[in-house]
Amino acid sequence: MVSAKITDKMRNLRDGYSSALIKLGYENENVVVLDADLALSTKTKRFGTIFSERFFDCGISEANMMGMAAGLATCGKIAFASSFAVFATGRCYDQIRQSVAYPELNVKIVATHAGISVGGDGASHQMLEDMALMRALPNMRVIAPADAIEVEDVVPAIASYPGPFYVRMGRANAPVLFRRHTKFKVGKAKLLRNGDDITIISTGTMTAEALRAYGLLKEEGIGARVVHMPTVKPVDRRAVMKAADDTGLIITCEEHSVIGGLGGAVSRAMSEDPVPMTRIGINDTFGESGEAAELVRKYGMTADNIAGTAKKMIKEKKG
Amino acid sequence: MHDKELIKDLQRKALLIRKYVVDSVYRAGSGHPGGSLSIADILACLYFHEMGHDPKNPRWPDRDRFVLSKGHASPALYAALAMAGYFSVDELKNLRKTGHFLQGHPCMKKVPGVDMSTGSLGQGLSAGIGMAIASKLDKKDYRVFVLMGDGEIEEGQIWEAAASASHHSLDNIIAILDRNGLQIDGHTEEILNLEPLKWRWRAFGWDVIEIDGHNIEEILDALHEADKNDKPTLIIAYTIKGKGVSFMEGSLSFHGKPPSDEQYVKAMSELNQAEEELNG
Repeated sequence: MVSAKITDKMRNLRDGYSSALIKLGYENENVVVLDADLALSTKTKRFGTIFSERFFDCGISEANMMGMAAGLATCGKIAFASSFAVFATGRCYDQIRQSVAYPELNVKIVATHAGISVGGDGASHQMLEDMALMRALPNMRVIAPADAIEVEDVVPAIASYPGPFYVRMGRANAPVLFRRHTKFKVGKAKLLRNGDDITIISTGTMTAEALRAYGLLKEEGIGARVVHMPTVKPVDRRAVMKAADDTGLIITCEEHSVIGGLGGAVSRAMSEDPVPMTRIGINDTFGESGEAAELVRKYGMTADNIAGTAKKMIKEKKG
Repeated sequence: MHDKELIKDLQRKALLIRKYVVDSVYRAGSGHPGGSLSIADILACLYFHEMGHDPKNPRWPDRDRFVLSKGHASPALYAALAMAGYFSVDELKNLRKTGHFLQGHPCMKKVPGVDMSTGSLGQGLSAGIGMAIASKLDKKDYRVFVLMGDGEIEEGQIWEAAASASHHSLDNIIAILDRNGLQIDGHTEEILNLEPLKWRWRAFGWDVIEIDGHNIEEILDALHEADKNDKPTLIIAYTIKGKGVSFMEGSLSFHGKPPSDEQYVKAMSELNQAEEELNG
């Protein structure tokens, strides 16, 4: 088990990204960073201030940014390319497909502002299908860290792992769950809580809600297993199968469409020997403007929703 | 003035590229002969004179880079690479065949000597800019050559890249435009007007040189001149689609269609005759 608990300490994942990039910049002179006029928001600008010769603000031209990153990677650079999730994937999907994934180049696409919790900017900026797009690409690996600490582990891990990655983070501050050294490994799930009645598999900052749901269920005498799945592709199939075997019920939680993200990966992983499963996520709809916490409630992505779903599934199983 | 023997040798190389293009596309039963034939002279000058590269060490870090942004002209690139020694010319017979490595569009993971995978138009110049920046970051002297189609520059990404190259003062990137005037659906000027072509690129901060893309001396001079510029350079090479095969020249239908059996025989006999005349 990996130690994790919800603390009062809130940190923005983007700050984790920024500090990890700078550390990496000092350690490896082949690290280059590109952005598309969102460097203050994605917080890559801090890298750019220190390593100005290795930082390229490409302007509002994501397609060109992705191609430049690919070209740099062919010459031995480790290219981090950042923007909002909606632009970093949807705006330049073909560039990622043709110039990054197909030639399997060392480009790390690190996106921020994913999910409904973007808030006020509304549906145009709330990217809910980025993991589906990136999961579908051969050679691409997809990661959604749970907190700023985990981001700090993910960044060096993917830098030393050759080939393309997609990392997604949200905009909002999120509770710090992990202590330092979370033993992040590409493709490995983290067991956070043990239980026999049901398994909650979560990714990204939804893992905090999963941990809260664990507490709510415990109060009612229900033992939930909580598995944090930072790597959505390749998903940790062994952890999924074990959860299905041990608990017989699975809930997936992600701030993403129920189509093609974690829910898709988990159901595929256990498709040969399935158990009842519910996907908590955005139900095939666009978002809207609003305050982040209100939207998360409105779209059914809270600990209460997870706990309620768990109780319903357990009741149905007992029939 | 260039050495007469050099000119003649490059003309021979270009003719041989054309023969391999016709032969490999005919054997494949599909492919793009028109836009491959139009760039044969340019490729001959690049691969057999201008570029520093080592077929025995395809990933030599200091080599000049070449990006075929108009990836559908792969038959010409594969011919040049095979002739240079990156792989056997016998492989050209296996173009587009299952289980063989010469993909319909260039794949850098499978084909030795290919510096960038291409095929979806409009993406090669951006990759070339990344390479040119890497050259400067690493304090190397290698240059980056990007060959684009004229229809291709209708893609918006080309103009993002054009702005980017001059913004970064990339004097080590040389783009060549295969200005054959034709795209799949018709004449470029009828489909989407590209003119005033040179002024568009100049307005984006590039030096522009215009040449006859089938004249070896002009190609060599332009490449030499481009090397001296302190800005990114675009060489507009006016070419004829299907150049070298009478019934393919200026033909829309041979953009993406192989020759029939009869056409193949005729095309090869024309090219053989041209070779004999050249060898006089």
